[in-house]
Amino acid sequence: MTIKKFVVGCFDDENILFPAVKKVRKAGYKIHDVYTPFPLHGLDKELGMRDTSLHTVGFIYALTGLTTALGFISWILTKDWVQNYGGKPHFSLAAWIPIMFELTVLFSGVGMTLTFCYLCQLAPFVKKHHFHPRATDDQFVMVIECTSNTNVQEAENFLAAAGAKEVNVQMAETGWWLGRYDMNKKLFDNTTETVTA
Amino acid sequence: MIKQQFEAPAKYKKWTYGLLAVGLVAFLAGFFFLGLSKDEHDQTRFWAGLLQNSLYFLMICNACMFFICINILGHSSWQTTFRRIPEAIAAVVPVFAVVSMLVFIAIVVGDQHHIYHWLDKDAVASDKILSWKKGFLNPTFFFVWTVITLVVWILVGRKIKQLSLRADEGEITGEEARQYIWNNTVWAGIFIVFFALTTGSTIPWLWLMSIDAHWYSTMYSWYTFMSSFVGGLALIALFVIFLKNQGYLEHTTSEQLHDIGKYIFAFSIFWAYLWFSQFMLIWYANIPEETIYFKPRLQGVYKGIFWFNFIVNFIAPILILMTRGSKRNYAIMTFMAMALVLGHWLDFYQMVMPGAMGDHFSLGWYEWGMLAFFSGMLMFFTGRALAKAPLVPKYHPYLKESLIHHT
Repeated sequence: MTIKKFVVGCFDDENILFPAVKKVRKAGYKIHDVYTPFPLHGLDKELGMRDTSLHTVGFIYALTGLTTALGFISWILTKDWVQNYGGKPHFSLAAWIPIMFELTVLFSGVGMTLTFCYLCQLAPFVKKHHFHPRATDDQFVMVIECTSNTNVQEAENFLAAAGAKEVNVQMAETGWWLGRYDMNKKLFDNTTETVTA
Repeated sequence: MIKQQFEAPAKYKKWTYGLLAVGLVAFLAGFFFLGLSKDEHDQTRFWAGLLQNSLYFLMICNACMFFICINILGHSSWQTTFRRIPEAIAAVVPVFAVVSMLVFIAIVVGDQHHIYHWLDKDAVASDKILSWKKGFLNPTFFFVWTVITLVVWILVGRKIKQLSLRADEGEITGEEARQYIWNNTVWAGIFIVFFALTTGSTIPWLWLMSIDAHWYSTMYSWYTFMSSFVGGLALIALFVIFLKNQGYLEHTTSEQLHDIGKYIFAFSIFWAYLWFSQFMLIWYANIPEETIYFKPRLQGVYKGIFWFNFIVNFIAPILILMTRGSKRNYAIMTFMAMALVLGHWLDFYQMVMPGAMGDHFSLGWYEWGMLAFFSGMLMFFTGRALAKAPLVPKYHPYLKESLIHHT
């Protein structure tokens, strides 16, 4: 649980946001994240993020599901509770393929969902700081993390010059916490040090 | 400079004429040594080879028109930059339709009852199952429905192509664009409904399943359809990559290739799903009338081909095309598309041959020669169709969306 200082800029046009991201990164600022109301194609590339590994994880879950199904059924039907079904061999792979398929899909589906929630720190009662309430409405919110070398005033001016409609500085919790929005007052009132372009 | 107009490069022409020459020699040799032979096996081999190739190439070309139609109905824009390629491949449908028709006439009128057992009148009269099926499996119905099918495929396909050519002539905007998209949608809908009534159901029963006249499977048409669809998609991928390498299609990027790869990947899995569904129910029920179909394929002489078919058309694409990188890689996509065109050709081979040739199958000079012959025809006529129109429909209302397409 660390509290850090952030410079937050709100953009109202993605055509301004993209060049702004480029400029901000070029100037050497560390972008914490960009919050957008809808997915923006290519923004992840612009932010220099690597491709997700979620699909690799999905493949591993799928293989786990496949082996679980195969192992469990073959153990039951050839060792633990051997039965004769219509004269078929005890090890009848063809009959098991539907179940193997289902477990493959189930494991990869559920596993990927949970992994996704973990990576994005999403769970019931888990709360995270919102930098701007309108990030879920009509504003693209760019958040710059301040390090000890960052000149806050300069960063604010830089964002405003890059086209941000609203700029402010926030002290915010970076991690998640359980419970309620204790900072819920701040969520709507934190208009500290607003610079209007 | 933007290269809009396709001109077949010398190498393409060389390959086309080379394949045609080899194929023609094989065809003539086949005709004289096999077709005119006194030996019934040789005769059957000749006609079955022609049947397999003409149907395979007809159906994969027609699947390209199906590809366009589903994209029109889905209002998808990503394929607009390269949609002239499936259109050009589909323009070969009339050629293969004529070839298939000639083969059908030769087989049915020439009474090749080793291929279509239901042509044998004495056998039908004394056979309970075949006389039940007489209303469906008889030369009159066969020809009437085949002709209707081919004519509608050709005419509706041509109409959709004409609509597409409209996008070369001039700006389509506003109300006109809406009308244009609506016209496309209506014709694509007509094509798809008819496609479902033909390739999706009756036509594979008539053309291919009736080779095993006693046997039937409700999965068969879907299986054949999917085989031809994956073959068609692989063909589109090959032509897109080829044209890209020649410096055409500068707006078609790895984004589009990625989506073609997704199509191939997904429908290879769907093909395997149908492959398995057909097999499993028959395996489970274990009724002799039904298992007879898998007897030569699974335990007889076709065993190798049967499993090879499954490996090439399912195991290979699912493992090779699984990652994002491989679907965007031109070399891997070329390799996989080649493998799938051949793989589904082999799939058609194992659909036709066990019923026609029994244990006396051969995969020798004649079969490969026929493959060369039909590939040559495909390349020749597709190349001609590609050269007829600009490669990008310049004024298509969805073109811009396709240019900025992003996966």
